[in-house]
Amino acid sequence: MLNATAMSSIFVLDQDQALDFYVGTLGLEVNTDQDLGFMRWLTVNVPGQPDRTILLEKPGPPSMDEATAERVRELLTKGASGGWLGFDTDDAYRTFEELKAKGVEFTDEPTERPYGIDFGLRDPFGNAIRIRQLPK
Amino acid sequence: MSRAVEESNRRLLRARDAMDRAYAQPLDVPALARIAHLSEGHFIRTFRATFGETPHHYLQRRRVERSMYLLRETRQPVTDICFAVGFTSLGTFSRTFRDIVGQSPSQYRRTAVSVPVPTCFTRTWMRPVNFGEVRPAKVD
Repeated sequence: MLNATAMSSIFVLDQDQALDFYVGTLGLEVNTDQDLGFMRWLTVNVPGQPDRTILLEKPGPPSMDEATAERVRELLTKGASGGWLGFDTDDAYRTFEELKAKGVEFTDEPTERPYGIDFGLRDPFGNAIRIRQLPK
Repeated sequence: MSRAVEESNRRLLRARDAMDRAYAQPLDVPALARIAHLSEGHFIRTFRATFGETPHHYLQRRRVERSMYLLRETRQPVTDICFAVGFTSLGTFSRTFRDIVGQSPSQYRRTAVSVPVPTCFTRTWMRPVNFGEVRPAKVD
């Protein structure tokens, strides 16, 4: 039996910029930032949850050929890379205001849904992120 | 070359996100073109080349999808829904709805069933695919 989600990954165009956004703006923590030579292993996690990491992976050779990497980058910037992230918050309205003050690009504002309150935003590259507040 | 495409895609996505966010407002092509850093004509052509349809069609599908949601999940009158999603006349709303969905709003309301998945999914996955090409759905 599986116990938990441990690691997910999302493509980013630039890992320094990704670090600024995911840590500096969204407030995640760096889990590992290591230059392995063939790639920079950059993972982040929600504070207090180091066992659930997100790999911020840069598409490119040798993992994929240059032409494929270009297509991936193109799709990413069109908002169609395939991956997205969802986070929980205790207070969707407050989090929205905090992120708004930091200049985040939103796809929709906090809205009451049957399952809670949620809103959407984009990372600097085009990845979709959703943040929700579940009912207590 | 490729980086220029990425830049262009990203700016057009910003304009498309603005439509998703403010679909109930009047479509302001000059404002959207400014978000994309393009002239109006170039914006419309590049948007179409990037996302496969004009900004106007994208916005109409967004509005119709939202109206489908409200028809399905609420008891609001059709006229209220028409204005709530950004149409300014009931005639245009009904015609556009029928062009895209193949049914009138009230026919759709009678046959639609509630969908128990998060709204962010219904918004993207239940958005009608074609514009003006859908055959009328069979209503018995």
